[in-house]
Amino acid sequence: MYFSGSLLTTEEPPGREGCAVVLGQKPRSAAQQRHSVTATVSKMAGADGDDSLYPIAVLIDELRNEDVQLRLNSIKKLSTIALALGVERTRTELLPFLTDTIYDEDEVLLALAEQLGNFTMLVGGPEYVHCLLPPLESLATVEETVVRDKAVESLRKISQEHSPVDLEVHFEPLVKRLASGDWFTSRTSACGLFSVCYPRVSSTVKAEIRQHFRTLCSDDTPMVRRAAASKLGEFAKVLEPEYVKSDIISLFTALASDEQDSVRLLAVEACVSIATLLPQEDLETLVMPTLRQAAEDKSWRVRYMVADKFSELQKAVGSEITKNDLVPAFQNLLKDCEAEVRAAAANKVKEFCENLPEDNREQIIMTHILPCVKELVSDTNQHVKSALASVIMGLSTILGKDNTIEHLLPLFLAQLKDECPEVRLNIISNLDCVNEVIGIRQLSQSLLPAIVELAEDAKWRVRLAIIEYMPLLAGQLGVEFFDEKLNTLCMAWLIDHVYAIREAATCNLMKLVEKFGAEWAQNTIVPKVLGMANDPNYLHRMTTLFCINALSEACGQEITTKQMLPVVLKMSNDQVANVRFNVAKSLQKIGPVLDSNALQTEVKPVLEKLATDSDMDVKYFAQEAISVLALA
Amino acid sequence: MEEESDTRKINNSFLRDHNYATEADIISTVEFNSTGELLATGDKGGRVVVFQREQESKSQPHRRGEYNVYSTFQSHEPEFDYLKSLEIEEKINKIKWLPQQNAAYFLLSTNDKTVKLWKISERDKRPEGYNLKDEDGRIRDPSTITSLRVPVLQPMDLMVEATARRIFSNAHTYHINSISVNSDLQTFISTDDLRVNLWNLEITDRSFNIVDIKPANMEELTEVITSAEFHPQQCHTFAYSSSKGSIRLCDMRLAALCDKHCKYFEEPEDPATRSFFSEIISSISDVKFSHNGRYLMTRDYLTVKVWDLQMENKPVETYQVHDYLRGKLCSLYENDCIFDKFECVWNGSDSVIMTGSYNNFFRMFDRNTKRDVTLEASRENSKPRAILKPRKVCVGGKRRKDEISVDSLDFSKKILHTTWHPHENIIAVAATNNLYIFQDKVN
Repeated sequence: MYFSGSLLTTEEPPGREGCAVVLGQKPRSAAQQRHSVTATVSKMAGADGDDSLYPIAVLIDELRNEDVQLRLNSIKKLSTIALALGVERTRTELLPFLTDTIYDEDEVLLALAEQLGNFTMLVGGPEYVHCLLPPLESLATVEETVVRDKAVESLRKISQEHSPVDLEVHFEPLVKRLASGDWFTSRTSACGLFSVCYPRVSSTVKAEIRQHFRTLCSDDTPMVRRAAASKLGEFAKVLEPEYVKSDIISLFTALASDEQDSVRLLAVEACVSIATLLPQEDLETLVMPTLRQAAEDKSWRVRYMVADKFSELQKAVGSEITKNDLVPAFQNLLKDCEAEVRAAAANKVKEFCENLPEDNREQIIMTHILPCVKELVSDTNQHVKSALASVIMGLSTILGKDNTIEHLLPLFLAQLKDECPEVRLNIISNLDCVNEVIGIRQLSQSLLPAIVELAEDAKWRVRLAIIEYMPLLAGQLGVEFFDEKLNTLCMAWLIDHVYAIREAATCNLMKLVEKFGAEWAQNTIVPKVLGMANDPNYLHRMTTLFCINALSEACGQEITTKQMLPVVLKMSNDQVANVRFNVAKSLQKIGPVLDSNALQTEVKPVLEKLATDSDMDVKYFAQEAISVLALA
Repeated sequence: MEEESDTRKINNSFLRDHNYATEADIISTVEFNSTGELLATGDKGGRVVVFQREQESKSQPHRRGEYNVYSTFQSHEPEFDYLKSLEIEEKINKIKWLPQQNAAYFLLSTNDKTVKLWKISERDKRPEGYNLKDEDGRIRDPSTITSLRVPVLQPMDLMVEATARRIFSNAHTYHINSISVNSDLQTFISTDDLRVNLWNLEITDRSFNIVDIKPANMEELTEVITSAEFHPQQCHTFAYSSSKGSIRLCDMRLAALCDKHCKYFEEPEDPATRSFFSEIISSISDVKFSHNGRYLMTRDYLTVKVWDLQMENKPVETYQVHDYLRGKLCSLYENDCIFDKFECVWNGSDSVIMTGSYNNFFRMFDRNTKRDVTLEASRENSKPRAILKPRKVCVGGKRRKDEISVDSLDFSKKILHTTWHPHENIIAVAATNNLYIFQDKVN
C-alpha cells in the first residue's frame, strides 16, 4: 500500500540522546493522577461509612458530567447504577433516559451499546429483555459505524434471550422498522439482524424477512447495498436450501455485477459462504460464472479481493473446480497488471499450493505455479517481492528436498540479495521452514552478507527488525557459527545511536543467554557488557545497567553477585544523575536474584546513600528500591 | 427565466457594508447541500455559516425560499507549521456536503492543509434533575440523600451544534485546492497543487496518494493541478484540471495509482491568438461534471467550456464570459487579477451554466437557447423582490444608457464563488463579503 503523509514515511528515531532523560523520568504524574469519582466516593464513604447511596448518586449525576471521561466512567458502571435502582426503575426511568442520550461522544455511545448487550438480568430477565430494544434501536441509527456495529452486536446477543413470541412481537418489528427507515444508517443496521431472527419466526414472517432483505440488496444508497452484500453469506446460511437457490443466488448475481466497485468486491466474500452451502453439482452453474467474472473484473479492487480470499474460495469450491478453474485464475492474478493484486496473490502462494489436491499437487506447482513465482522474484514492485518473500520458503516443505535445492534455492538466494531490505528480512524471518528440509548450511554463505548488510542499514527500523530475528537465527545456525560471525554485530548494536536499537539489543542478549546458557554468557557477553561501565559516554554506561537488568535473571545468582553487582555498586558514584537513579532502579530489579547477605551488606548501604542524594529523582528511585526490596 | 430573477436579502447582519468589512469576512466558498435545504459559506476567517431554507407556512406562502442562519462555527484556526516555518491560513477553500445519513447534517470543509468532517445536529431536550444538587444548583448535604433520582429529559429551545467528527491532516505538502466526495459515499479525494489523495471517510490516519505529478527535480515543474472532482455516478472515475488548460480523466479500476490518465481533454491552441498571456489565461480554475455525468465544464480566465466525455480533442461548447477583457490583459496582469480563480456551476438540469466576473457581475448561459445574460449582485438593486436587470458592458465607441464601459469596471469587486440549488432556480452568489440569494419569481 502507498501511504502518504509524513507520519509514516519519515525516518524519526523514537529516542536519541535527549530522550534518555525522558525515559529515566519517574511516573510522578501517573501516581498522583486519581480519578475524581473514586476520590470523592472514597472520601465520602470514609466520612459516613453506611451511606451506600452516595457513590451511586455520584455515578448517576456524572452520566451527564461535562467531562467525557467521567461520563464514560459512569456508563461503564451502568450495571452498578441499574442494580441500585432495581429492575422496575431501570426499565421505567433509566432506559428511557438512555434512549434519548444519543447526542453523546462516540466512545460514550460505544460503551453504552456494549453495556446494554449484557443488561438482560438487570431489567428483570428474559421476560423483560425487550425493554432494551428502544435504546439499542436509537444507537443503531447513529452515524458512527463502530457504534452502530456494536449496537447491532448487542441486539444480536439479546435476540437469543427473547422467547419465540417476544421475538415476533417485539424484535422482528424493530428489524422491519430499521429496514424501512428513512436514513441509510438504520437500513444498514437492519442487514445484520435478519439472520438472527429468521430461524426462530413463523413462515409468514420468514417470507417478510426475505422480502426486506431483497429490498435492501437493491437499495438506492451504496452503503446499504454494501451492508447487505457483506451479510449475504451469513443470511444464506440460515435460509432453507430451496430459498438459497431461488433467492440468494439471484441477489448474489445482482450484487456481484453492481455498478459500485465497493459492492462487487463484497460479493466475493459472500461467494465463499454460498459455495459451501450448495451441493457440488450446482456450483458450476450457480456460482462459478460469477466467480470467474470477479476474477477478471475491470476493477483491480475486485480482483484484489478475489486474490485475498483465494484460499477460502479454494476450500469452498473443492478440488475438481480448483484444478480446472482456479489454477488458471490464480496464474492470472499472479501476473495481474496491478501490483496490489499481484502482492495479494503472492501472499497466498503457499496456502494455495498446500491446499491443492495431493495426487497431482507437485505437478501443478512445478508446471503452473512455479514459473509465475520465478517472475515475481524479479517483480518491479517491492511490495510484491516482499509479499512473496514472506511465504516462498514455505514451498520447500511441500516440494521436498530435491526440488527445493534445484528450483527454490536459486530464488531464495536471489531474494536474499534483493535491493529492498524488507524482502531480505522476510526471507530471513522464515528460515526455519528451509532448515527443516535442506538444512541451513546450504544458505549460510549467502545469508551472512545479507544479515551484516541489514544490521548496518541506515534505517533504524530495518536494524530493529533484524535484531528481532537474531535469537531465531542463533538457534538455527548454532553457537559456533554465531560466535564466529554474529556476536560482534550483537555487541555493536548496544552502542547504536538510536535508543530503540540499544533497547532491542539488550532484550536480544537476554534471549541469546536463554538459548545458549549462563556459561556462554559469562565467557562471551558479560565481560563486554561490564566493560562499557567505564565508557566516557553516559548513555553507554546506562546501557550496561539496562543489560544487567535484562541478564541478571538468565545468568543466575552467582554471576549476578560476583560479576555484575560490584559494577552496579561502583556506578552509584557516577557523576551523571541519570546513571545514578538507574543504578537504584537496577538494584531494585536484580535484588530478587541476590541472596540476603549481599542485599544487607552491599546493596543496602549504597541505596541509603543514594536516598540522600542531592538529585530528587535519584532520591525517589532509591527510596522506591528500598521499600520494594524491604530494606528499610 | 434568469431575467426575471427575484432578489432577497437573506440576512441583514450578513450583508455588512463593504467598506467596513475586514479581510476575514470575505467569502471564500459557497455550496448548497444535495436537497437545497441548506446552504453553507466559508470565509477567509475560517468560519462556516450554514443557512437553512425557511419552511413553507400557510400564513406567509411567499416567504418560502428565504434562507436564515442555522449554524455558525469556527471550522479552522490559523496555525503555524514549526517544522517548515510556515503559516497556515484558516481560510476555507472548499465546502462539500455529504448526503444526509440520519437526522444530522455532515459537511467537509478544508483550508490549505487540513480537511475536517463536521456534524451539524439539533438538540431540543436536556436532562434535568441531579442527586447531589438542588434545582438552583446548590450542593446538597450528602446525608440528606435518601433516594436516587434518574435524570429526566425535558424539552428546551432548539439548539444547533456543530462538532468536528474527523480531522484529516498531515497528507498535503502543498495547498489543497479542492475536495470531492465519491458516489460510493465511502471515500473522498483531496487535491493539492501536485497530488491527489484518496481518503476513507472513516479513517483519518492514512490516505492513499493516487496522483502525483511532482517531477523528481522541481525545476522541471511546468504544470500544477488546479481542481479535481469525482464523477457523480461512476465511483471509479474522477477528473482533474491543470494549469496548462487540459483535463485528465482517470479510472481508478485500472490501477491503484492513477498517474496514467485514461482520457485527456485539450483544445489545440490557435497560433494566431498566441501571446505572452496565453498560458496564464488558459489555466483552468474549476472543473465540474454535469449532474447527468455526461459532460465536463471548465472555467479558464476568459471562457467557460463544456466537454463531452466522449470527445477529447475539443470542447462541444465554448462561452465567452468577458471577452472585452482580452485587450486589458496587460493591466490585469499588473494588478494580479489575471490569476483570479473563477468557479462555475451547472443548474439542476444541466441546461444553464453560471459563472462570475468583475464589477460584481455574474454571467448565465442557456445551453439550449444559446442566450446569455449578465447580472449584477449589488446592494442598490437587491431590495427584496426587486427584479434583476441585465447589464451590458460596452467596448469602446459610444456608450448607450444603462451600459457600462470596460474602463469603469471595478476589478476589486469580483464574483468568484457561486452555487445553484440542485433542483430549483435559486442561486447563491458570493460577492466579496456579501452573500446574495436570487430566485425565480414566485407566481
